[in-house]
Amino acid sequence: MIKQIYNLNYHRFNSKSILISWPNLINDDVLFDVLSFKKSIHLTNKALVDVINAYSSLLVIYDKDIDNIYDEIESLKLVYSNKKKDTVESKIVWKIPVCYNDYFGTDLENISKKTNIDKDEIIELHYKNTYRVCFLGFLPGFLYLSNLNKRLYFPRKVQPDLNIIKGSVGIGGNQTGVYPSNSPGGWNIIGNSPVSFIDKDKLHKISFASPGDSIKFYPIDFKEHNYISKNLDSYIIESEVIND
Amino acid sequence: MIKIIKPGLYSTIQDKGRVGMQSYGIPCSGTMDSFSSDLANKILNNSGNSAVLEITMVGPVLEFVYETVICITGANLSPLLNNKIIKMNNPIFIKSNDILSFGVLKSGLRSYIAVLGGFKSEKVFGSRSMFKNLTRAVKLAKNDVLNFNKDIIFKSSKINLNKTSNIDNKIVVFKGPEYDILNSSQKDFISSKKFRISNNYNRMAIQLTDLLSNTLEPIITSMVMPGTVQLTPAGNLIILMKDCQTTGGYPRILQVEEKSINSLAQLKKDSELWFSLKI
Repeated sequence: MIKQIYNLNYHRFNSKSILISWPNLINDDVLFDVLSFKKSIHLTNKALVDVINAYSSLLVIYDKDIDNIYDEIESLKLVYSNKKKDTVESKIVWKIPVCYNDYFGTDLENISKKTNIDKDEIIELHYKNTYRVCFLGFLPGFLYLSNLNKRLYFPRKVQPDLNIIKGSVGIGGNQTGVYPSNSPGGWNIIGNSPVSFIDKDKLHKISFASPGDSIKFYPIDFKEHNYISKNLDSYIIESEVIND
Repeated sequence: MIKIIKPGLYSTIQDKGRVGMQSYGIPCSGTMDSFSSDLANKILNNSGNSAVLEITMVGPVLEFVYETVICITGANLSPLLNNKIIKMNNPIFIKSNDILSFGVLKSGLRSYIAVLGGFKSEKVFGSRSMFKNLTRAVKLAKNDVLNFNKDIIFKSSKINLNKTSNIDNKIVVFKGPEYDILNSSQKDFISSKKFRISNNYNRMAIQLTDLLSNTLEPIITSMVMPGTVQLTPAGNLIILMKDCQTTGGYPRILQVEEKSINSLAQLKKDSELWFSLKI
């Protein structure tokens, strides 16, 4: 399958980093091209601190000042043109339990009223979709997910909530996600997931999910939410591998 | 060991921060003025990543249970040992029961207290830098206890002390990824204006008082770092600092050079600054 070649923009972000930008699109094709370039950069012997991605950009951070920015940009362009055309599509789907109800979903009622969609339908529209993990940001372990059903798009609150509880599943604009810790925030909350989104005992892969993975939410009741919360040490997040 | 008699306004343990973990959404944190914190560690011959105490504007009162050697750098908060004035930027020998306290802020904003061997507080994701929801402690509180290794022998270092102050109002910047979306009068404004810091400033960000009116669209969420200068739809210029989030949706119009981040760490409400654009 011929994948699209993108016209990338290279920008010196600071003395130690270069920002690479794709067209401003949120879709799998762009994301997988970003991730495949990221992977190729990691395979070079460049002295890097990190390579971070967002929806349509990559930030390459070097461990010291870049000697010659033009040379380094040319080097990166070469890595891009030489990279394997097959992409790094991840086949892992993580299954995440969510208790969707009015107790946890403090904004369910309001979303239902404003969109004229039954609460039950809102919940079903949310867990029916499989979401793409695009990148992590905002808070440690916060997964930016794409593929929210358009009917569930709902604007962020004008006045953010000062304390959204850990595990809150929310909708903000055209995005959905889970707050991995207590935080102020402007998203509209429809449920709560009891699982851990960050593992403080690790130094690598502190989140179970990586950019490119998929996530599927499934509904659980209050009792099961309570049980999982109390037995987190022994709880293992289920995953499935998609076969072609 | 140190007992916290009074915590001061905002005192935290910091080291070089959580480097290389931003792809997990983890802020880098670390000392705001790394020039000054590095100096304190060098004077004591500590390893570069030794954790220090970063104090802000109003200093703490600390009681040393064990003897050790300390060094104080950065802003001048009039440090006193047992109520006697002590020298900054020098090793200071501490005996059991000595009390370290501070007086008037004479210049700058943040000062660093290094201890022989570094402070030994909780490490999360490879760093002792205090951060909400990561470390148990967010900042020092009264009656807290700070630990350090008391069995280290002090070796004095031969260090060149001609630069000990880092206070500079000229902030060197690179063009941000969205700089060229600005029109020429907006670009002129950024290059020529003497900006002032508002009362909204902390380890996450510094907000300037002057507004730059604009009709820029938000950007799709993208990476930011300490030093990123964002422009909000309301016209606020926000300079992100060490505890900032790793991603953001506001246009990034400038990026402060690392050395100038150290300078920003020493500025406070009403301090003036201007941007010097690197071509």
